Amino acid sequence: MPDKMHIKVTVNGQDEEFLAEPRELLIYALRERLNLTGPHVGCETSHCGACTVIVNGKSVKSCTMFVGQANGAEITTIEGLGSPDALHVLQETFREHHGLQCGFCTPGMITRAHKLLEENPNPTEEEVRFGMAGNLCRCTGYQNIVKSILAAAAQMNGAQEAAE
Amino acid sequence: MKDEVESRDDRVANLKGLGSARKRVEDVRFTQGKGNYVDDIKLPGMLHGDFVRSPYAHARVKSINIDAAMALDGVVAVLTAKDLEPLSLHWMPTLAGDKQMVLADGKVLFQGQEVAFVVARDRYVAADAVELVEVDYEELPVLTDPFEAMKSDTVLREDLEDGADGAHGPRRHHNHIFLWEEGDKAATEEVIDSAEVVVEEMVYYHRTHPCPLETCGAVASMDKVNGKLTLYGTFQAPHVVRTVASLLSGIEEHNIRVVSPDIGGGFGNKVGVYPGYVCSIVASIVTGLPVKWVEDRMENLMATAFARDYWMQGKISATKEGKITGLHCHVTADHGAFDACADPTKYPAGFFHICTGSYDIPVAYVGVDGVYTNKAPGGVAYRCSFRVTEAAYFIERMIEVLAMELNMDAAELRRINFIRKEQFPYQSALGWEYDSGDYHTAWDKALTSVGYDDLRREQAERVEAFKRGETRKLMGIGLSFFTEIVGAGPVKNCDILGMGMFDSCEIRIHPTGSAIARLGTISQGQGHATTFAQILATETGIPADSITIEEGDTDTAPYGLGTYGSRSTPVAGAATALAGRKIRAKAQMIAAYLLEVHDDDVEFDVDRFVLKGAPERFKTMKEIAYAAYNQAIPGIEPGLEAVSYYDPPNMTYPFGAYVCVMDVDVDTGTTDIRQFYALDDCGTRINPMVIEGQVHGGLTEALAIAMGQEIAYDDLGNCKTGTLMDFFIPTAWETPNYVTDHTETPSPHHPIGAKGVGESPNVGGVPAFSNAVHDAFRAFGLRQAHMPHDHWRIWQIANDLGLHD
Amino acid sequence: MIPAPFDYYRPTDIAGVIALLEEHGDDARVMAGGHSLIPMMKLRMAEIPHLIDLQDVAGLGGITIDGSEIRIGAMTTQADLIDHEGLAAAAPILREAALQIADPQVRYMGTVGGNVANGDPGNDMPGLMQCLDAQFTLVGPDGERTVAARDFYEAAYMTARTDEEVLTCVSFTAQPGGAAYEKQKRKIGDYATAAAAVQLTREGSTCAAASIAMTNLSDVPVWSPAAGAALADTPVDDSAIKAAVDAALADIDPTEDNRGPVKFKRHVAGVILTRAIKSAWARA
Repeated sequence: MPDKMHIKVTVNGQDEEFLAEPRELLIYALRERLNLTGPHVGCETSHCGACTVIVNGKSVKSCTMFVGQANGAEITTIEGLGSPDALHVLQETFREHHGLQCGFCTPGMITRAHKLLEENPNPTEEEVRFGMAGNLCRCTGYQNIVKSILAAAAQMNGAQEAAE
Repeated sequence: MKDEVESRDDRVANLKGLGSARKRVEDVRFTQGKGNYVDDIKLPGMLHGDFVRSPYAHARVKSINIDAAMALDGVVAVLTAKDLEPLSLHWMPTLAGDKQMVLADGKVLFQGQEVAFVVARDRYVAADAVELVEVDYEELPVLTDPFEAMKSDTVLREDLEDGADGAHGPRRHHNHIFLWEEGDKAATEEVIDSAEVVVEEMVYYHRTHPCPLETCGAVASMDKVNGKLTLYGTFQAPHVVRTVASLLSGIEEHNIRVVSPDIGGGFGNKVGVYPGYVCSIVASIVTGLPVKWVEDRMENLMATAFARDYWMQGKISATKEGKITGLHCHVTADHGAFDACADPTKYPAGFFHICTGSYDIPVAYVGVDGVYTNKAPGGVAYRCSFRVTEAAYFIERMIEVLAMELNMDAAELRRINFIRKEQFPYQSALGWEYDSGDYHTAWDKALTSVGYDDLRREQAERVEAFKRGETRKLMGIGLSFFTEIVGAGPVKNCDILGMGMFDSCEIRIHPTGSAIARLGTISQGQGHATTFAQILATETGIPADSITIEEGDTDTAPYGLGTYGSRSTPVAGAATALAGRKIRAKAQMIAAYLLEVHDDDVEFDVDRFVLKGAPERFKTMKEIAYAAYNQAIPGIEPGLEAVSYYDPPNMTYPFGAYVCVMDVDVDTGTTDIRQFYALDDCGTRINPMVIEGQVHGGLTEALAIAMGQEIAYDDLGNCKTGTLMDFFIPTAWETPNYVTDHTETPSPHHPIGAKGVGESPNVGGVPAFSNAVHDAFRAFGLRQAHMPHDHWRIWQIANDLGLHD
Repeated sequence: MIPAPFDYYRPTDIAGVIALLEEHGDDARVMAGGHSLIPMMKLRMAEIPHLIDLQDVAGLGGITIDGSEIRIGAMTTQADLIDHEGLAAAAPILREAALQIADPQVRYMGTVGGNVANGDPGNDMPGLMQCLDAQFTLVGPDGERTVAARDFYEAAYMTARTDEEVLTCVSFTAQPGGAAYEKQKRKIGDYATAAAAVQLTREGSTCAAASIAMTNLSDVPVWSPAAGAALADTPVDDSAIKAAVDAALADIDPTEDNRGPVKFKRHVAGVILTRAIKSAWARA
């Protein structure tokens, strides 16, 4: 059995250290070691996006990344996007526009949408659909997810303008 | 006083009751990643289970050697059928009266079948140990085609006594499961034989899979000290699971607690009992430690319950004017290796005999032959009531084919055959009593909304342009009018493993006027915590925001049959309304006492009881609740609680009218959905926002099924569609926007008139998408082409019609 | 889906990578973004006892544009390609192709080097690089060498790269004229049913030269010199396009899979190639 690796990561602003087998997937390290059960395992072949987190500023499917690859990285999960007292705009608009049903895809969906709005703060509907195409949902038919993201963009841009 | 200044409208709005687009209470958790799904559960000392599965579709298992696996550090146990046999758990009953191997007993019958169960310290060791279990197989001939299976000498189920009856009567071949018939065969054949117009067609609804984003899983925890088993799992029917677990294991039912935590989508996949659940329980009993089993996506697609796989041979007859006179259908149903259909016991083909659809058809016959093959077992209701999607697809294809034969517009053919409003309650030729409907109004609204006549004109122009060589794209207008049958069901007709299909609600009003209600159902994303509180708010006058809804824990919730077949609203929703009414009846007595008047002198008004004729004298529900606990009221027990078990007098019959407009590229087989209009009538509308979301989601699953999603096998029985690369689930990019609309025809027998909606869009959506593809080629003579309509199959249609020449 | 155990290495220079490859031979594999390799490892279709992660290796990133000479480091991701404005100006077909690969998350991890080196016939970059006549730089124990993309692919997952070599960069000379990448797939995230890369140069109203390659229509990418020649010195009219398509179809050898039977694939290949030629010509 190969030696365990000493892994150091920063997750949602917290420094974390642990020993892990190199083959451990990032999604399991987050879920089982750090108890961050927001990101989920859906397909395991990088098609569904339920495991989406942000690693060093990139949207990443954490079922297709070994924990060793993430060693030293800064990671953000759904748990790091908002807090019960200060929800992320997307967390509010997803609820407002019924952008979720069973909730299983939602953490990955919102985490990806967060990054999408950083890449493109003012997307068209088509750009949202293309930019969210790495995340599958079986419940909503996407229409309200798209609506939720466009609403979040509008709110964030409105807040930006108000601040300027 | 605040109450004094609040208008009645304000008080109604404050309740967030029926009809309110109330925001979902579940979402607060889900959007923050604080859902609690099975794989999130972590118990001290928990072990992990993983399966050794068969690579072959049909083989004899000559030997299983577990030595190398057991020798691996961290492996605790490897279970095989031999270990389960002394407990009589190597086979288990299916929901359809058949039995199914839990672990391979002498042979395997489908690829991916469970052969051995490895239990280890963690999921990594378990996966390694799976590789070390040595199984010696001897391959046997494979049957993947049900028609071949009915002719073959190869016996699939050697455990069944040759010639003996099955659970649903005589079996006429060793690979035959049942013949189930309904309707008047002789009369139907007579009508068809002498009809002016008859069309005959084989309509195949291919094998697919519900594929919820969360796979199936369980955590079993046997507490040997006090003899209690706790089982967490992805169960759409937790109470039934408890009963089955008790019957199978011999553990008394009060010592079993089954918990369905949050469920990441079900769509029928999580109704049945799978070997993984049984093995987790046994492993926990054997080891004395909690055992988790969560399947991966390939296992989910290859081994858990599939849906559909119905070969429907239909004949429909009509007058020259287009009045339908008779319908005949024979189905060859591929059930796979075990009959594990999720159907009420009496109905081995579910409610397929709703296949006369929305039409007034005087005489009809249906016969369904169930057949064993070397494929995974199942036959579940994937986002539909039992076999209703198959039925709706069948009749909506037959109507289109008949319209072609009659050279009639398919919309008009539907219109002249619809059951008329005044015919309800309507007795169908196949034995159903349709509760209510107004099909003509819905149809006219739909056709007007989409500008149907203009679409047909545009389509005709497109065909001409195509013939002139100016375009390579054809245009299809997909029509669908469906009638669902949901809310199983009257206990006299419907049971699952002997459990009558009632459902239940138990309400406790707290002294301060808030409440908790528990139901026998379980949400998998439908938003029960939101909508059931709305029903109660309207019934009891307690704001929905002050009502907690709880489901899924068999230690606390009243017994119910669970959530599938759009039964939650029709059955548990009715129980909820009736329990609410019991609360209200007692509250009325308390209010009268407090106001020092007779019970009959007060009446309910939104959130209070008022003195008739003097509404300034009233007691709010909040005041009444407090009084129920702090006053000694003569002749009335303290407390304010109610329980209702509801046995519905009939099913409910939601319906809808869908139109899909699609461009089809003849050269590549690609399609572009330009427009999709969905009108749903689900009776009384509880929460329009939730209804719209259900329709969007159901339509997208219909899109997937119609346009590409399938479970396909090669000739050796290898599953070719085991990952999400090949099993088609559309992304946001391939999914169109939908326009939703409604009419509202309440159910006359449901306490609040609601009919259920979650499955309608899948039932009606598939024919709409498929009919659009067919319709695009109607001008060139296409009568019937099998789904899924993926690129190459659409291209094949065009190729067969000579459109590439 | 759990991969078999392996040792993980993250060297910081090429010498370190090559030393590991020499030490472990067949038992070692380099990994860039991992989005082809990791699913194979999880399915236990690839067992790799020694996994060498290239993410920290110096000198493997970056896009440099020197006049018409373009050099793309192997660890450049598809997302990097898409975001690079200079590249989009110099060789827009790369962005066009990259946007048709996988989905946003996968494009953040998937690299040009991994895509071309893996030898997966479904990957889009190999055909594109053959069309562009790119050169692959390989570094091994015996130093550096370059292999033309058109000579690199031998069979599915079999390439001219030896086990001890690492593909470090892709370079090509941007051509004037028009180019296009057309791809038909079942959905976002799928491999091509058929895809075509076309580059052509225009002189007045005729095509001076053309290069055509196709993806996922054989066990290797198919560069068809005959198809290119069929367009040269023509006005790229219907008969020339037909000749080019016929020539390309003679060079492909698709197999049946879930995307469809051979006859369908050949037909779609012709349609997609026709569209790519028309699109490239319109841009030329």
